[in-house]
Amino acid sequence: MDFLRPASWEEALAAKAEHPTAVPIAGGTDVMVEINFDHRRPEYLLDLNRVAELREWEVGEENVRLGASVPYTLIMENLRAELPGLALASHTVASPQIRNRGGVGGNLGTASPAGDAHPALLAAGAEVEVASVRGTRFIPIDDFYTGVKRNALAADELIRAVHIKKAAGPQQFSKVGTRNAMVIAVCAFGLALHPDTRTVRTGIGSAAPTPVRAREAEEFLAAALEEGGFWESGRTVPPSVARQFAELAAGACNPIDDVRGSAKYRRHAVTVMARRTLGWTWDEYRGFGRATEGNERCA
Amino acid sequence: MGDVTRTPTNLTQGSQTRGGIGESTLRPDGTLKATGEFAYSSDLWHEDMLWGHTLRSPYAHAEIRSIDISEALQQAGVYAVLTYEDLPTEVKNYGLEIQDTPVLAHGRVRHHGEPVALVAADHPETARRAAAKIKVEYAELPVVTDEASATAPDAPLLHPGRDDHHSGHVTHPNIVHRQPIVRGDAEAARTRADVIVSGEYEVGMQDQAFLGPESGLAVPAEDGGVDLYIATQWLHSDLRQIAPVLGLPEEKVRMTLSGVGGAFGGREDLSMQIHACLLALRTGKPVKMVYNRFESFFGHVHRHPAKLWYEHGATRDGKLTHMKCRIVLDGGAYASASPAVVGNASSLSVGPYVIDDVEIEAIALYTNNPPCGAMRGFGAVQACFAYEAQMDRLAAELDLDPVEFRQLNAMSQGTVMPTGQPVDSPAPVAELLRRVKAMPLPPQKQWESAGESADVRALPGGLSNTTHGEGVVRGVGYAVGIKNVGFSEGFDDYSTARVRLEVVNGEPVATVHTAMAEVGQGGVTVHAQIARTELGVTQVTINPADTQVGSAGSTSASRQTYVTGGAVKNSCEAVREKVLEIGRRKFSTYHPAWATAELLLEGGKVVTDGGEVLADLVDVLEDAAIDLELEWRHRPTEPFDLHTGQGQGHVQYSFAAHRAVVEVDTELGLVKVIELACAQDVGKALNPLSVVGQIQGGTTQGLGLAVMEEIVVDPKTSRVRNPSFTDYLIPTILDTPTIPVDVLELADDHAPYGLRGIGEAPTLSSTPAVVAAIRQATGLALARVPVRPEHITGT
Repeated sequence: MDFLRPASWEEALAAKAEHPTAVPIAGGTDVMVEINFDHRRPEYLLDLNRVAELREWEVGEENVRLGASVPYTLIMENLRAELPGLALASHTVASPQIRNRGGVGGNLGTASPAGDAHPALLAAGAEVEVASVRGTRFIPIDDFYTGVKRNALAADELIRAVHIKKAAGPQQFSKVGTRNAMVIAVCAFGLALHPDTRTVRTGIGSAAPTPVRAREAEEFLAAALEEGGFWESGRTVPPSVARQFAELAAGACNPIDDVRGSAKYRRHAVTVMARRTLGWTWDEYRGFGRATEGNERCA
Repeated sequence: MGDVTRTPTNLTQGSQTRGGIGESTLRPDGTLKATGEFAYSSDLWHEDMLWGHTLRSPYAHAEIRSIDISEALQQAGVYAVLTYEDLPTEVKNYGLEIQDTPVLAHGRVRHHGEPVALVAADHPETARRAAAKIKVEYAELPVVTDEASATAPDAPLLHPGRDDHHSGHVTHPNIVHRQPIVRGDAEAARTRADVIVSGEYEVGMQDQAFLGPESGLAVPAEDGGVDLYIATQWLHSDLRQIAPVLGLPEEKVRMTLSGVGGAFGGREDLSMQIHACLLALRTGKPVKMVYNRFESFFGHVHRHPAKLWYEHGATRDGKLTHMKCRIVLDGGAYASASPAVVGNASSLSVGPYVIDDVEIEAIALYTNNPPCGAMRGFGAVQACFAYEAQMDRLAAELDLDPVEFRQLNAMSQGTVMPTGQPVDSPAPVAELLRRVKAMPLPPQKQWESAGESADVRALPGGLSNTTHGEGVVRGVGYAVGIKNVGFSEGFDDYSTARVRLEVVNGEPVATVHTAMAEVGQGGVTVHAQIARTELGVTQVTINPADTQVGSAGSTSASRQTYVTGGAVKNSCEAVREKVLEIGRRKFSTYHPAWATAELLLEGGKVVTDGGEVLADLVDVLEDAAIDLELEWRHRPTEPFDLHTGQGQGHVQYSFAAHRAVVEVDTELGLVKVIELACAQDVGKALNPLSVVGQIQGGTTQGLGLAVMEEIVVDPKTSRVRNPSFTDYLIPTILDTPTIPVDVLELADDHAPYGLRGIGEAPTLSSTPAVVAAIRQATGLALARVPVRPEHITGT
C-alpha cells in the first residue's frame, strides 16, 4: 500500500488523476475501519490532511461552504445557528476523539446509508463540490447517492466541500441506536422546515440502500401546512397531519433485517422520529420551541 | 556483623503502620493506565521478532479435505507456516478440564473462527497476506445449534468416542456435563402451593469484552525452552497445558505475566500461548502475536447463553413451597469450563432463598456455536436472571411487594442449600434488600431539572436526540443474587506466596512474590497492604508474577483476595514468627515481654499486644533475610453427587442486591438506566476504594447484559454476526448510571480477615434488577436478555 501525501489541493487532484484507485483519507473514520477489518486493501491511500483548505468553512449570504475535512466538533461549536440539523447530527457521530478528526467529506465519500451527516444534508438541501484535474462540478445532494455505498463521483474526482443552505427555519435530527452514545445508527431521521419557500425537506438514514428523502411525506406536509394556513397562523399542527406525515415517512423506507435491528423496527422508529421531530421543529417555528435542546451543554 | 548486637534502648514509642488493610491505598499502575502509558502485553517488543498470525475457519462445522501451504511459504518474509501436521508431540489437544480443544484443527473444524494454521513473518501484514494464501479445502457439515439438534438421535457428534470423566454419566454424547439436584419432595410440596408460576427464560451470549486483546511474546531460549510473556488469568494452568504440547518439561517453559488489559474469565482458556511458542521454537526467533478486536471475538470463550425453565410455588401468605428448574447452557464446540459452570448453575439455581423441596437439572451442550466458558458470574448470572424474574411474578400473583416477598423467603446464616450444605457464615439477604430499598430515589424527570431545555443526556437515546420526554416512563426494579467464592466441588484450590523480609538501606523491606495474575482486580495493592499489616513495614515490593514461584490459582471465582491474599497473609505470619524467634534469641534478656506477651510487628518495630515497643525491626534483622515460600488452602470442598447433587461443594457465598431505576422510551424501546443502587456484604473491605470499584464495574457489566451486550450467532450457520465493537455494544460512560454503593462488613470467620470474595456478585443482580425496572415501566413480560428495542416495541 502506497501512502500519497499531497501538499496542496492541486497536487491531490493530480495524484487522484494518476491513481484513480487511490482511496482518499482525512479523519479515517470509515477508511481505517475498512482496512482494519480487511474489507479493503487499497493500493494507494491519498492522505488529504496536508491540504489545509479542506478544514475551512465560509458563511455566505445563502449558503455555508463547508470544507470536506472540517471536523464534526467544529461544526457543533461554530455552525449551530447556520446548520442546526447538521450540528445535531454531528453530535451523534461516534466519540469525541473521532468527532475531532472526522468530517462530512468522509461520510459523503463512503456514502454508507448509516452515515450520520446524510439525513441532515438531505433535509437542509446541499450541493457537493467535487473536482478533478478536468475541472469542478456541483452535484445536488439529491443526486449524490447512487447505490449501497456508492456515490456520483467519477474515479478521478475528490470531494472538496459541501455547500449547504443556511437554515431559514428550524431543523432537527434524531437517530436510533441501542446505546446512549457512540453508536452506529439503526436508523436516523432529519427534518428541516424552510419557511422562506414554504417547503419541508427530510432525510432518512439506515432504512434504505441509500440515504433517502421521504418526498411524499414532504409534499403532503407542505401542502397541509399551506392549505391550512399554518405558516401564517402558527397554529398547532393537528395530530392527524403529524401521523400521516410520519406514516408517509416510514413508507419511504426500504429497510432490511440485520444484526442492528429488524426492518419492522426501523419503519416503526422512523414513524416515531418523524412525528417527534415535526413536533419539535413546529414548536420552534411557532416560537415556543427550544429545538436543539440540551445540546449546547453537551458540546 | 551478626554478633554485634545493640541493646534496644531509647526506643521511640508509637508503632502505627500506614497503608495496611482497610485503607484505600492507590493502585501502583493507576496513573499509568489512566494516562495511557502502562505497557500491556500488546506493547511487548523484541529485537528481530517475528509476528505470528492465525488462519481461522470461516465455517462453523466442516471437514478439512486438504491444506496447501506451499504458496504461503514462498512469500518473501515468511519464516514458518504450521498446521496440525507440524505439532511436535502426541499431545495435540488442550483444555482446562477436558483436553478436547485442538491446538490446530485436524480434519475437521467445529466452530466459526477455529484456528487452522499459523504463520510467522517479519511483518504482521506479511503474515496476514501469507495466511490468505493458504488453501484450505472445506466440505461443510450440518451444524448442531441447540438442544434439539444436539440431542437428536442422528445428531452429528461433536466429539465422537469421548472418554472424559463426564462422558459416563451424561444422557447424550453432545452433553458435556449434567448435574441434577434433588432435595425434599417437590411434587408433594407442590400440592401446598396456592399459586404456581412457571416461565421460560433466555440469556444471550455475553462477551467479556476486555479492552486489551489477546497478545504475548514467545522468546526461544538457548536451553531449548521458551520464555513466554503473556496476559493471562492463571500462569500455572497455562503452563500445565502448554508444556506437553511443546514436548518440554514445565521448567523449560518460563512464563512471566505481562500487562493484562482486563479478563473477566475470558483469559482462563489459552488463546495464542501455544501458537506463539510453536512458532518461536520452529523459527528460533522471538514471535509476537496480537489479536485485533475482530479476532479477539474468536480468540476467547464467552458467557454461556442459556435457556431456563422454572416453576415456583408459594402459599397465599407468601412462603415459597417448591422450585423445579431445568437449565440448558450452550457450551459451544469445546468443553472449556462448561462442567464447572453446570455445577454453579445447578447449585445456585434456587438463589438466595429458602426452598426445601427442589428438583433441579442443569446441562451444558456441545454445539457448533462459539465455545463458552468462564465469565464473571459463571453460571450464577444466568440462573439469577430467571429466578429473580420468577420472584417478581410470584409477588405480583400474591399481590405482595416484590422486596417484602423476597425478604419473607430470604436465606440467612444456617439455611441449608439445595446441595445439603448449610450456609455457615452471614447471609444478610433481607438486610441487603432493605438497604437498597431505603436509599432515596433519584428525582423525577432529571432531564428537566438542569434548566429550561431538556438535557438529552438524561433521557433514553442520549445524544442521539430521540426524545425530549415524549413516551418516557420510569420503572423501578429489585434483584438479589448469590455467588460462590473460590473453586468448588473438591478442587484443590490453593495459592502460593513467597515473602521475604530484610533490611535495605537501613529500612525493613518486604518483598511479595506470587504468580497471581493482576488483571485489574487490585491484588497488587492488596498484597502490599497485607504485608504492611502483618509485618509492620512501610516498604513493600511486589515482584512480577511468573512461574518461578508456585501457583497462585486463577484470578477468577472472586477468589484472589481470599486465596492468594490468604497465602500472602499466611507466609507473612510465618516470616513474622521467624523474626520473633530471632528477636527472642537476641533480646529476650532485656525485656520479659519477649517471652510472655503476644508480639506483633508494627511500624517497623516489635511491639507487645499492649502496644509497648520492644525493638526496632532493623535491629532484630540486621543483615538477615527471611525468605519463605508457602502454599495456603481454603477449607476443602467435595464434589456434588452425580444423581442427587448433594455435597459440601462450595467454600463461601457472596451476596449483593440492586435497585434499578430506569427511564424507558416506550415508543422507541430505548432505555436509560438512571441509577443502579447496590448493597453488598464484603465481609471485610481490605481496600474500600477497590471494593467500590469492583461493585461498580460488575454492576455496569450486568447492565450491559440487560440492555445491549450480545454476540449474535446465526442460527442456521452458527457463524458470529457481530464480531466488532461497532455491533457488539458495551456501555459507554453515558450509559452508566449513578451507582450508589452500600458496603456491609459482616465477617466470615472461616476467611482471612473475615473477607468475602466480591468481584462477581454485583454482576448477578444488576441484570435482573434493570429488566425488572423495564418490566415495571412497560408492563411487558421480557423473558430474554439483552432486552432489545424490538422486544419493547413489538417489532
